[in-house]
Amino acid sequence: MSNQGVDPDRRRFLTLSTTVVGGVGVAAAAWPFLASLKPSERAKALGAPVSVDITHLEAGQKLTVAWRGKPVWVVKRTPEMIASLDKVSGDLRDPGSDQKQQPDYAKNESRAIKPEILVMVGSCTHLGCSPTFRPDHPAPEVDANWQGGFYCPCHGSKFDLAGRVYKGVPAPLNLVVPPHRYVDNNTILVGEDQGAA
Amino acid sequence: MQRIKTFLIAVALTAAAAPAYAAGGHALTYKFEPDSNNIQSAQRGARNFMNYCSGCHSMKHLRYGRLGQDLGIPEDLLKANLMFTSDKPGDHIVSSMPKEEAAKWFGQTPPDLTVETRMRGADWVYNFLMTFYVDSAKHSGVNNLTLPGASMPHVLMDLQGVQVKVEEKAEGHGEEGHGGGHHAGPKFELVQPGKLSPEEYKKFVTDTVNFMHYAAEPGRNARIALGYKVILFLLLFTILAYLMKKEWWKDVH
Amino acid sequence: MAIVPNPYKTTGFLGWIDDRFPLTKLWKDHLSEYYAPKNFNFWYYFGSLALLVLVNQLLTGIWLVMHYKPDAAVAWDSVEYIMRDVPYGNILRYLHSTGASAFFVVVFLHMYRGLLYGSYRKPRELVWLFGALIFLVLMAEAFCGYVLPWGNMSYWGANVIINLFGTIPVIGPDLVVWIQGDYFPSDATLGRLFSLHVIFLPFVLVALVVAHLIALHEVGSNNPDGVEIKKHKDPKTGIPLDGIAFHPYYTVKDVVGVGVFLIIFLGIVFFAPDGGGWLLEKPNFTPANPLATPEHITPAWYFGSFYAMLRATPSIAGSALPGVIVMFGGVAVLFLVPWLDRSPVKSIRYKGKLSKIALALFTIAFVLLSYYGMQPPSPAGTLISQIGTIVYFAFFFLMPFYTKLEKTKPEPERVTHAAH
Repeated sequence: MSNQGVDPDRRRFLTLSTTVVGGVGVAAAAWPFLASLKPSERAKALGAPVSVDITHLEAGQKLTVAWRGKPVWVVKRTPEMIASLDKVSGDLRDPGSDQKQQPDYAKNESRAIKPEILVMVGSCTHLGCSPTFRPDHPAPEVDANWQGGFYCPCHGSKFDLAGRVYKGVPAPLNLVVPPHRYVDNNTILVGEDQGAA
Repeated sequence: MQRIKTFLIAVALTAAAAPAYAAGGHALTYKFEPDSNNIQSAQRGARNFMNYCSGCHSMKHLRYGRLGQDLGIPEDLLKANLMFTSDKPGDHIVSSMPKEEAAKWFGQTPPDLTVETRMRGADWVYNFLMTFYVDSAKHSGVNNLTLPGASMPHVLMDLQGVQVKVEEKAEGHGEEGHGGGHHAGPKFELVQPGKLSPEEYKKFVTDTVNFMHYAAEPGRNARIALGYKVILFLLLFTILAYLMKKEWWKDVH
Repeated sequence: MAIVPNPYKTTGFLGWIDDRFPLTKLWKDHLSEYYAPKNFNFWYYFGSLALLVLVNQLLTGIWLVMHYKPDAAVAWDSVEYIMRDVPYGNILRYLHSTGASAFFVVVFLHMYRGLLYGSYRKPRELVWLFGALIFLVLMAEAFCGYVLPWGNMSYWGANVIINLFGTIPVIGPDLVVWIQGDYFPSDATLGRLFSLHVIFLPFVLVALVVAHLIALHEVGSNNPDGVEIKKHKDPKTGIPLDGIAFHPYYTVKDVVGVGVFLIIFLGIVFFAPDGGGWLLEKPNFTPANPLATPEHITPAWYFGSFYAMLRATPSIAGSALPGVIVMFGGVAVLFLVPWLDRSPVKSIRYKGKLSKIALALFTIAFVLLSYYGMQPPSPAGTLISQIGTIVYFAFFFLMPFYTKLEKTKPEPERVTHAAH
């Protein structure tokens, strides 16, 4: 084979540019496949905000609703329970809620919009078990200084009545406060931020 | 080369035969071509559908929210004007009519209409809504030229008025517009005008069918828009690949 | 511990691999040192395109299975769910549904190429046989896939095809019930067709494709002149004088073919996925209804020719079995082709008039059969289908005679190729 008329630069350029353009094409073709794995419209519809009626929720009680397939607790805390939050601060890993485990409007002492109403995703931040509500105290088998809170049966993680995690347990972070807002005094919409329409 | 040409011509001929095949046997009275780009028309059609059709017919694969998003209807308007059976935008458009009762009333359950225009053709649905006429032999007093013996009553009679079938071949009937010109076939005569003029009624039906055409495939417009980009890209790629091939094949003698 | 260095003397990571796995060997044997005749023409694009479509079907298929539900109660709804709720679900589905038709277009042209240039002749009989098996499995795969959306056309298509087995004497009716797992096509039927479509048949298909390619690369590609390039080798290198390395020469050429193909294929996917009712039939936009058959029940276009043969064959003694035998015979006869052709030359270029006339008539018959297979039954259609069926089989069964009788042109010693 003789090589008359062959231009090595032109050949290199055309091969390279076809390869690059083809590579871009393959990458672009991969996008629909990857994007199709995102939550579908059905998943989004099922994950829509959930409205909770708390008219009949008594002080000291907890009710649970499902939002995006996870338990969401609404606890009406008694004044005594709110007062207990201070007593355990020293035992907690993140008492000031510095980690972004709550919306800004719930970054306060009680981790709530209204101090007496706690709204919380009931999934342990360790491996996702749902902790047990333990308002009873003292409970030495849970903790020497137990003031009431949540105890995870799977791996023994402990949280106070604002969902703040204790030191020395497997769970690394405070429980998550979901986005929520008050539609009226007795109705909470879980899944939509305060200030959103 | 000659063989390739012959082959390509054969392919083209086969492709040309496709629409004729798809159109099926009987000719329709009116021509109709849906317009997927006319969003305003589809919006009006959505209102028509919700007000006149959704009492009996569901669109159980279309979500209110998707409809609002695609047709540019804000959620408050959607909730106020279109959402009769639900207050959640994520819900499907279901009819409030109990299925078994409906079967008793009409002889069959009113079919779900989500993909009706893909099953029958948008032109068929247009013709169906245009060709109700008085027929005393029927229990309901009306019959339909497009679907003879239809169990559906003429829900839109209030709007269209009452028309009778005139047994003669129509030719060159004047009215044109919204894609609905006449061609040969039975002619109708309006014996009692409805709330809408014939022109307005034609527009009403056009809007409704445009909406149903949208509902049958909500992803259509996005698909076509993406298609142009893909083809443009492929043209660029193929030209480059062709030049590359030419360059490499200089080695082959 | 010292090991014997690999014969390619590769080093580093590649060398490590080559010491343990024939990566470089595979690359050289099948691409960079696989020497293909330099005179491939238009017809030689369809092999690599078939591979491309296979990959498309496998990938989009894997993705569709993630969302599809093989349950008669919800299968149809799950397809609409894919079309509406899954991001890009409509594109994935159209790629798959259009891909099925594209597969047949490409495979038909690929097989036709084989007939044109005698690619089934010695020593390529096994290449052809593996190919014919691929075609058979592809038809089964397409049928099963066609049923899955569980629309009304799916349902009645399944009904008709499964009932073909009912024509077998004595065991027929029981066989149909056994195949369906019920007294009519039902959830049980859908479940087994789904399993075959997504697991068994794809496995077999891929295995056969591998066998097809191994056999091909063992004997080397045929070419439009039908002469063996291995007869004239460079005495020094042992490379056929008319052979060029598949890579880069045919890879760059096939890439152009891929570009043109994708423009047409994706043009249909994005702008006309229904194909005017040919690719997605209108009656399939209503869920399966065991009580109402669609007005025109027609097979997918790629089955049209074989379906026309079925309808063209009259019943004998109240049994529809002859039609079924003729239809399956239409596929089975392909397996005999390598032994039917007795011509001294391979390519149609050097065959005589009789072969050319026979091939032309066969082509016309096949197109007409495909067309009339999709039309509602009519006396004219039946007559044309009957003539078409006879021509179709005559092409094969008379081949030993006309290829022997006719006067052929002399084959050239070397391939004919004009440099571009």
